[in-house]
Order: sequence, then C-alpha cells, then structure tokens
Amino acid sequence: MADEPLVLGIETSCDETGVGVVRGTTLLADAIASSVDEHARFGGVVPEVASRAHLEAMVPTIDRALKEAGVSPRDLDGIAVTAGPGLAGALLVGVSAAKAYAYALGKPLYGVNHLASHICVDQLEHGALPEPTMALLVSGGHSSLLLSADITSDVRPMGATIDDAAGEAFDKIARVLNLGFPGGPVIDRYAREGDPSAIAFPRGLTGPRDPAYDFSFSGLKTSVARWIEAKRAAGEEVPVRDVAASFQEAVVDVLTRKAVRACKDEGVDHLMIGGGVAANTRLRALAQERCEAAGIRLRVPRPKLCTDNGAMVAALGAEMVARGRAASSWDLSADSSLPVTEPHVPGSPHGHGHGHDHVHETAKDNLYS
Amino acid sequence: MLLLALDTATPAVTVALHDGTDVVASSAQVDARRHGELLLPAVDRLLAVAGLRLDAVTGIVVGVGPGPYTGLRVGLMTADTFGLALGVPVYGLCTLDGLAYASDLEGPFVVATDARRKEVYWARYADVRTRLSGPAVDRPADIADEVAGLPAVGAGALLYPDAFPNAHEPEHVSAAALAGLAAERLAAGEELPAPRPLYLRRPDAQVPKNYKVVTPK
Ligand SMILES: [Zn+2]
Repeated sequence: MADEPLVLGIETSCDETGVGVVRGTTLLADAIASSVDEHARFGGVVPEVASRAHLEAMVPTIDRALKEAGVSPRDLDGIAVTAGPGLAGALLVGVSAAKAYAYALGKPLYGVNHLASHICVDQLEHGALPEPTMALLVSGGHSSLLLSADITSDVRPMGATIDDAAGEAFDKIARVLNLGFPGGPVIDRYAREGDPSAIAFPRGLTGPRDPAYDFSFSGLKTSVARWIEAKRAAGEEVPVRDVAASFQEAVVDVLTRKAVRACKDEGVDHLMIGGGVAANTRLRALAQERCEAAGIRLRVPRPKLCTDNGAMVAALGAEMVARGRAASSWDLSADSSLPVTEPHVPGSPHGHGHGHDHVHETAKDNLYS
Repeated sequence: MLLLALDTATPAVTVALHDGTDVVASSAQVDARRHGELLLPAVDRLLAVAGLRLDAVTGIVVGVGPGPYTGLRVGLMTADTFGLALGVPVYGLCTLDGLAYASDLEGPFVVATDARRKEVYWARYADVRTRLSGPAVDRPADIADEVAGLPAVGAGALLYPDAFPNAHEPEHVSAAALAGLAAERLAAGEELPAPRPLYLRRPDAQVPKNYKVVTPK
C-alpha cells in the first residue's frame, strides 16, 4: 500500500553493516555486508575492526539496498538507525551515517533500540505484531525474554542471561567437539542423528528458588566440555551426535520452558522468537510443540531476518512513523547500553535531545568566530 | 563553488563553508568525547547563519586524520553520506595539512597532534603548503632529535614541551583552513584525494568480555 511509511533502516551494532528498506510491514530490501571473517582469527568481534569495516561498507550497502528496493531516496518517509545497545564505536558509524543521510534528504530521523527491532522484524514475515507479544531473543550477542505491549513505546524486560548468550554456548561446544564455526548450524545437524536424552546435562536456573525468567548457559557449557574431556581422557570415543543432541536439548528445553511459562504467567497468547539461534530446528520444533500444548501462537521469522540486519531497524522505524512517534534530534548519540525499555530515542520538544541542552548553551560562545 | 568542510580528527568539532574565494562561515567546538552528537547540529547552525541550504553545497572536504579513530570516523562517515545523498564529490585532506595551512609560520616546521597513549601524530613541512614527511605516530622523546630546532604547532606539540620547546598555536585544526586549502588546490587544477581514514595504527585486537564470540574457522 503506497500510503504506508517507506523507511530505510541502518544497523551497525556489531559486525554486520545492514541496510534495509520497508514499506509499512512489507520488506523491500535487506542488504548486508559482514566483517565476520576479519574477526575469526581473534576468536571474537574486535570492536575497532568492526567499526573500520562499517565505515567502508556503509555507502555501498545503502546504494545496494535502494537498488534492491527500487525506490528513490526522495520518496523515503524517514531514516531509522540502531542507537543502541551494541558496540559504542560501531553504533556511532551507523548513527553518523543515518543523521547525515536524513539531514541531507530532509527526512525525519529515528534512533531505535536494537532489541525492539529484533521483535518488530516479525511484522515483515507475519504481519502486524499482536499486542501484547512475548519475545524470546537468542543469538551470539543476547539472550532475553521481553514483553512488548506496544513495540514503539512499551517493552519490558522479563529476564535475560546472567552469563553467556545462548549462541556463545553453541559456538563453544562446537569448538570443543572440533566441528568448526559457526557452532549453531553444525550442532543442529549432528543433533538430528543423536539421542537428546543420552546424557543428562544440567538445566541452568531451573530450580524452585531461581529467577523464573533468567538464563544461565555458562554452567552447561562447562559441564558438556568436562564430559567430553573425561571421555577423551578415558580413551573412549566421544559420541558426537549424542553430545550435540543432549547439549542442544538442554539449551532449548530451558529457553522454551521459560518462554512458555512467561506467556502463561502474563496471560499472553503469542510468542515470537528472534536472533540467530532462532534458526535452530530443535528450538523451533520444541517451541511449536510446547506453544501448541499451552494454546500459544508461535511466530518465528525466516533465519535471515532473525540475525542482525537493516530491515528490522527499518521495520521499527516504519512503526514509529505509522504511530506518529517523535523523531530523534540531530544530536542523537549512540548509546552502547540503551535500555530495552526505550524502544526509540525521541528528541525533546525543543529540538535538542536528551538532557544535553546545557552543552549547547556553553558551546554558543565559541561558535561562528 | 560552495565547499562544506568538516574535521573531527582532533578534540575540535569544526565546520566551515567556503565559496572558493573566502570563508562564508565557520565554527569550532572543543569536546573530544562528543563528536558524534555535536557535528550535525554544528552543520545545521552553520548553514542557518549563512542563510544557505545543504543542497547548495557543490563539494565536501573532510579531514582524514590522523586522529583518534572514533571521533575521526564521525567526520568521515558524515562526509561520505552527505556526498551520497547530494551527489557531490567528497575530498579528503590530511588533518595535519590543515593545521599547517592555518599556521603563520615561515620556513620549515612541524605539526603534531595528540595521539593519546603518550604519542603524537606528526609531520614535517617545508612551508604551510608543503609536507616533507609523515604523517607518522611516535613517542615525542623518540623524535626529539628529528624535530630539534624546528617550530611546531598543534596540541601534540603544546603537550610535550620537552620534545617541542618551540610550540605555537593553533592547537586544533579548523575546517576553515581545510576548506581554504582545498579551494586553493582545486583552483590550481589539482585532483584531491578520496576520503580514506589515516589510522596509522593497527586495530587493538581485544575482544570485550561477554560479547559475540567468533570461533576461528
Ligand atoms: Zn542482535
């Protein structure tokens, strides 16, 4: 529909330079440039390497997204950008690009929350989000359970990991099993031929006194690694398929159990799952099974929309436009620890954002010398 | 001709408009930690003072450093994206060349800015338009012999009087000087380089704790 907002979204919170274009809840383009290969030899995302790569990739990726979408930048109704949370230096590259692009085109700017964007992207797959929606976000960077009553204004944290992200655990166990990188898909593949009940690995934070919606994967990770090492030390063959299946079962059992419990406790009849780990087939299957049993509708976007991308930012930006939320101001800053409770960063009514007005006052003195 | 110049490679966030002959308007704010917040509002006010709109600009000039990376990238990314949106060329000039151009020194001299970690970014000049060597990044004590007897400008020179006993203002680069230098070179028919950052150091390969894990292939 032509009267739905046409928004370009920019995402640079980690190692993917993402630029997406959406019209309302319709995906028009999803262009990505990744610096993942440059980080591999360091064993993790190196912030400075990511920031340098974002600067290089930004203009070509914007160009590619616009071509893919077949739209002119003049027709855009707004520019959205991830303002946080994420790597500070990496975020700043995206925010600088979005501000300059919006300003030069004369379009409103929307600084939005990365986590809320992960939820909102499902609108591109399954149409408007039900309100409220429970969301389970699981990736190499985050593991959280969020309750969204209005994705543009009301997102509440229910729980989060207290140590490692779920995706990190997959990568670590794949490394211990010598299965290569990335860990998620390869564990998933081996697990399909293994017995998920072969080894009883621990379910973190599931005791009666543990926080109901928080996660912990560090203990599981250690336990699986020790089990493998003990087998090797005893000169026995490691049953890779059974280990993969049993480990994976421990992760997805806890994730789905807590997500479904949160839905029941809050009386929410929809669960969405996002983030890279949402591509895991066992997570999808078990979530489907448990949601059906509990009368909850499950929504999981296609894998490419689950990992970090620009389309999810554009999707949330379009929702901001559609709901008439205030645009951000030109002094929008990147906030590496932007709370999940702030789906976007509106400018103040005076046009200066965010409690920094005093600086403008002192700065006036040395302007226009 | 209307050039918009900006530089965020030093603690100053500095912007200027230049019509090919003169500086139309310029501004500078010194706040090393807030380049990202300050730059766009500074451009906005600059245009308002000049009574111009951004789409009147025919070229962008940006300081490519060397400078602390996070701030440096704010200027470069802004310049690149302005160039994309407006369809105008983006020219990169060495930030130290702008400082040299703004100095009123005659004869050979040195420009040094603060590279943090007890180092300076520095270059040697024959005159305000001619760079002889650099830019490089070094500890002041290690280059003291090379720069001995030469006057010096820039915050790096002012910060280390042992190595630079003959240090002068200007402390930071001004976009007005960068724009003037660019206008002069363009008028002389020179091709100005594309905006590529001068980092001079490799990235610190430190992976923050509890961040995304990438396992070697
Ligand atoms: Zn993410």
